[in-house]
Amino acid sequence: MDLARQRETVRRLREFLPERSVLWAEEDTRPYECDGLTAYRAVPMVVALPESEEEVRRILRTCSEGGVPVVPRGAGTGLSGGALPLGNGVLLSMAKFMRIVRLDPRARVAVVQPGVRNAAISEAAAAFGLYYAPDPSSQIACTIGGNVSENSGGVHCLKYGLTVHNVLRVRGFTVDGEPLEIGAESLDSPGYDLLALAIGSEGMLMVVTEVTVRLLPKPDCARVVLASFDDVQTAGDAVAAVISAGIIPAGLEMMDRAATRAVEQFVGAGYDLEAAALLLCESDGTSAEVEHEVERMERVLRSAGATRIAVSRDEAERLRFWSGRKAAFPAVGRISPDYYCMDGTIPRRRLGEVLRFIGELEKKYGLRCPNVFHAGDGNLHPLILFDANDPEQLARTEQFAAEVLEKCVEVGGTITGEHGVGVEKINQMCTQFRSQELEAFLAVKAAFDPTGLLNPGKAVPTLARCAEYGRMRVHGGALPHPELPRF
Amino acid sequence: MTLEAIRERVRAASERRSPLRLRGGGSKDFYGGEPHGEMLDLSRYAGIASYEPTELVVTARCGTPLAELESELAARGQYLPFEPPHFAPGATVGGCVAAGLSGPGRAAVGAVRDYVLGVKVIDGGGRLLAFGGQVMKNVAGYDVSRLFAGSLGTLGVIAEVSLKVLPAPQAEMSLSLEMPLERALDACNRWAALPLPVSASAWHDGELVVRLRGSEAGVQSAARKIGGAPRDASAFWTSVRDQTHPFFASPGSLWRASLPPTAAPLGLPCTELVEWGGALRWVKGDVDSKLVREAARRSGGHATLFRGVERGDGAFAPLSPVVMRLHRALKSAFDPHGIFNPGRLYPGL
Repeated sequence: MDLARQRETVRRLREFLPERSVLWAEEDTRPYECDGLTAYRAVPMVVALPESEEEVRRILRTCSEGGVPVVPRGAGTGLSGGALPLGNGVLLSMAKFMRIVRLDPRARVAVVQPGVRNAAISEAAAAFGLYYAPDPSSQIACTIGGNVSENSGGVHCLKYGLTVHNVLRVRGFTVDGEPLEIGAESLDSPGYDLLALAIGSEGMLMVVTEVTVRLLPKPDCARVVLASFDDVQTAGDAVAAVISAGIIPAGLEMMDRAATRAVEQFVGAGYDLEAAALLLCESDGTSAEVEHEVERMERVLRSAGATRIAVSRDEAERLRFWSGRKAAFPAVGRISPDYYCMDGTIPRRRLGEVLRFIGELEKKYGLRCPNVFHAGDGNLHPLILFDANDPEQLARTEQFAAEVLEKCVEVGGTITGEHGVGVEKINQMCTQFRSQELEAFLAVKAAFDPTGLLNPGKAVPTLARCAEYGRMRVHGGALPHPELPRF
Repeated sequence: MTLEAIRERVRAASERRSPLRLRGGGSKDFYGGEPHGEMLDLSRYAGIASYEPTELVVTARCGTPLAELESELAARGQYLPFEPPHFAPGATVGGCVAAGLSGPGRAAVGAVRDYVLGVKVIDGGGRLLAFGGQVMKNVAGYDVSRLFAGSLGTLGVIAEVSLKVLPAPQAEMSLSLEMPLERALDACNRWAALPLPVSASAWHDGELVVRLRGSEAGVQSAARKIGGAPRDASAFWTSVRDQTHPFFASPGSLWRASLPPTAAPLGLPCTELVEWGGALRWVKGDVDSKLVREAARRSGGHATLFRGVERGDGAFAPLSPVVMRLHRALKSAFDPHGIFNPGRLYPGL
């Protein structure tokens, strides 16, 4: 830690921030050393906790002028290290921006500060029969600011979309503290779709201080069909059969046996533990619509080879069926000292192949890997079980994960469906993209942040980093970055 | 026409710093700033590259006629939910994404940009870049695919697009209700806050037409709640989408005001056709552009001179200085020599 730089930064921030809003002693900054990806840690030089937009503006100005990098942070639940601090930088915590500024039930919008929790929006809207649709599994803790940064999804996004489909407007600042407002309460805005760039930009293009979200009417009722399969490939084909039948379920999730056994001990969801794979298939709408759709789902799932089917009879049972899926991560956390969650997306038809590949890697690396899967949109969450106290296991886990992600790219998918690249998957970006696309991303970054001070080192690797990344693959006999020198 | 031939044209134009006018079917030549530059006809780079109904994804080359794509999807019981306007028979997939315009279903199901999963584009250096992909969820890298939707060809050639598609609704019904605009706006906003399958609305001259789409049971029960008289309306919705409805033939310029759906009537001395539950207001007549833009701005939205008697001082509402600076920086990132459709979106861009 450069103490002189720290002292100077604190001094300049204290010119306009009260003592409680600037943390620098290690016992105060240590709690910010990581986000939900705990394998990566760094104690920030300074933590700033602004309470107003004016304070955010001045922090950004001060840091820009001093050449100090800034890492924005919401609730710190992110799983890719997007909020990993920098030892020479300021961690900008938006935790105090907790106000729902306005909720307009007639226009079905809510204007909220970025530190408002995802679930708190739906709670506030419930009185009007409305809700905010994207529901990442961390929704009781994660904030809308973080959701905007990561373009978070959830179990209902096949039908209701991701954050990018449900945010109308963001307001905030560029890296040098210039106010920036993108989008409006109308359905479109003139010019380029900067909103699409800002959402999912992992805090690298702007700092968001206010978000306008769209609220939807809450469906009258929902029921979930729980279907057992004696083979994961059959379950994967059943997903395709549901879609082919013209049904878009409100949620469509799969868990393999290793995952159902882990969660059953933990929450007692009533799952069929003999099944090789379970599908959760939800219908929502008016009761007449749901009754009709559930019948169709049952028919399709049966003819696709389901060995057992249970349909939730009431809301309590529906929630119980979901409880297992929603508790998958903590449940797995109980059967292993640590787990590593991946987030690749694949074309659904390649599911069987990818799961077999993961099975082979379990043997190759001697590590177990239960799978939960947003089957409707092809988003896999394999969970590698390991013990972080054993550095050798961590290294094996990282290699295991890298192979899985590269397989996702190979079958036409992506290394991250919803958790973001952060620091975690930055090397795999070199696999997914060629140098010209990476250059374009870097150019987009430079358009918003020419100095590169906003959350540097995340999401988009430099070309030099890709060249150094040892495990580059050869495409069609040519190295991916022939223009770069090799070290 | 091959991709390589397009890239060659782009490289040559780039070397000569000579502007290119990108064109698909020419169905939207009227839209935006006056097109100029040497014509690059993209209509012959056509065809559906892949279509997997069970993956809900279709990938098509830019010159593919929209009509052809739609009939391929219909044959498998699927459709483009955002109902892109055709305006003329030759409309292409590339033009649809570049213009970023969506039809009657937009308020209910989302816009073109919401369905763009990936693009292959040719940048100002003639390089072929691939962004996004063919999967529903993908947050690797910035969302450049959606940035290209609505960019009017100013950032590059959209060579190929992957779109999310959906199963066509099982049932549809349109209802006609007589009411003045204020009441229509109020009704549409009330319905939109309820779990009803309202998929489109259009108000004009005292008549509100509402379209319901969904399951048979859902449509029937919603029809009872909404009331009005059933109306055979599929030709009507096409006429609104493609602007062949008589309203669009009335004299004067056509303005497109995109507003919060609850905004009060604009009160301009013009005729109006209101879609998207109040969020889209077509305004027709001879009215000063400052007046329209100011009225839209005051209502929390913006106005576009959609079909001008004269193109005048730009089609699109002016941007704030910081947003314009970002536009210029993005433009020069993808098209450093400014060869693609200069001035089509904003003068000097």
